[in-house]
Amino acid sequence: MDQPDLIPNLYRREYSKMVSLLCTRFGIDQMDAAEDIVSETFLSAAETWGMKGVPDNPVAWLYKVAKNNALNGLKHDHVFRQRVKGVLLQRGANEVEPELDLSPESITDSQLRMLFAVCHPAIPVEAQVSLALRVLCGFTIDEIAQALLTTKTNINKRLYRAKEKLRAEGVRLDLPAGAALDARLDAVLLTLYLLFNEGYYSASPSTVLRKDLCVEAMRLVYLLTENRDILRADVYSLLALMCFQASRFDARMNDAGDLILYDQQDNSRWDQELINRGNYFFVQACDKGLLSRYHFEAAIAWWHTQTKDSEEKWPTILMLYNRLLVLEYSPIAALNRAYVFARVYGNEKAIPEAEKLALTGNLFYHSLLGELYTGVDAAKAMLHFETALGLAGTDAEKAVIVEKLSLLSGS
Amino acid sequence: MKEFALIFRVKENPTTQVSPAEMQQRMTSWMNWMGGIAARDKLVSNGSRLGVQGSKWVGPDKVVSDGPYTEVKEFINGYIIVKAESVDEATEMAKECPIILGGGGKVEVRPLVTPDNNQ
Repeated sequence: MDQPDLIPNLYRREYSKMVSLLCTRFGIDQMDAAEDIVSETFLSAAETWGMKGVPDNPVAWLYKVAKNNALNGLKHDHVFRQRVKGVLLQRGANEVEPELDLSPESITDSQLRMLFAVCHPAIPVEAQVSLALRVLCGFTIDEIAQALLTTKTNINKRLYRAKEKLRAEGVRLDLPAGAALDARLDAVLLTLYLLFNEGYYSASPSTVLRKDLCVEAMRLVYLLTENRDILRADVYSLLALMCFQASRFDARMNDAGDLILYDQQDNSRWDQELINRGNYFFVQACDKGLLSRYHFEAAIAWWHTQTKDSEEKWPTILMLYNRLLVLEYSPIAALNRAYVFARVYGNEKAIPEAEKLALTGNLFYHSLLGELYTGVDAAKAMLHFETALGLAGTDAEKAVIVEKLSLLSGS
Repeated sequence: MKEFALIFRVKENPTTQVSPAEMQQRMTSWMNWMGGIAARDKLVSNGSRLGVQGSKWVGPDKVVSDGPYTEVKEFINGYIIVKAESVDEATEMAKECPIILGGGGKVEVRPLVTPDNNQ
């Protein structure tokens, strides 16, 4: 009983695996039933362990109980009865209990299947992210709402509709093959990329939660790299990108929760271990050919892990942003490019580049222009920072802008 | 939003000596120009650069001649496709093209013919 977080930790780690495992065996249309069974199992664990002590192998206990609950519970279920009947007719009357394979391979495999099912094209991307958090990362509804800055009701609705879609489309928990695998993998990578970004850039006040989001996204991409049928270079470049970005996670915020901008970060707080891992995955990514947007983003992120501002650092990053944008447009890449343009050619040349983006009403657009006009035209700088302040959502974001404004009015 | 081809034309035989540093500079200018258009989400296709060496042209009666077609003492060496509200906006993009800033080249702005735009 010396582990106060035993059950929350187990829940976070095992809930989703157990749900995936049950769905793989009994069908994704049984997802609600599977979730109920796993929740019951945890409840039962809390009570039983509280009374009798924690078993030597709590994880094994959970799986065993979940398995039994599933077999008992589903037996009373109409749909399941039909199915069991079918199985019985085929196999003869002796095999009443269907097997549930609890090996680590089977657990990993069922998670992958679930990941591919969640990213089915019938489900909108934002619902994919929520569903992944629920059934693949074991986040509670509360935590998802908090992480995605929305209400529990919204999340519940999103999940409900997503599950309905899965049922309506008759999605099966199979890994797609051939060209279908490629197409679905694109969706899987995008969802995991968004999941990571939600954690990395989210304005959610809970640092722990945001970090968990990043870690979970990385875990799921890593899962993809372990599958022998998936040999695409962009899986590795995405993982490298995540490692490079995550290496600065702790350095980006001080103890009071204030954002620390890149230039002011303490390099010694960058996680060298993660950078090294990122390097390893990036080499793998580049071995496999075919450059994707994740390659360019990973390369940009790699340059950001370099502590010294060498002569080629910013020009190279600018070149990478140019290539990234030619490959695929995104407003955030366009804004970052304008910032890097200023690092290379100076603020005055960068201002027209930035203004051409015409992203009025975008917080980062106005922050950037405020930054670029600082030292060029104080009045315009002030105007943009004030607009940005009105758009900022969190206290941390506001604090950064207020600081800039006070520097401006002081000079 | 309409689509326009920006076609790069240069004078015949531009084989002046270009130093590696100048080439690097030229590449950077091109990338910045294309990146700038892409950053506004106006790039439809990054097109192709068209080679000079080993090109031919076929004339009337299937007469084959060497080299790019240079009747007007210039040839096309590449193109991209952009989207813009008007030909004027596309022309503004063309004005920033390194081929003009570098001297000597021209950019032709041509609307793409589509079922909606068939003048």
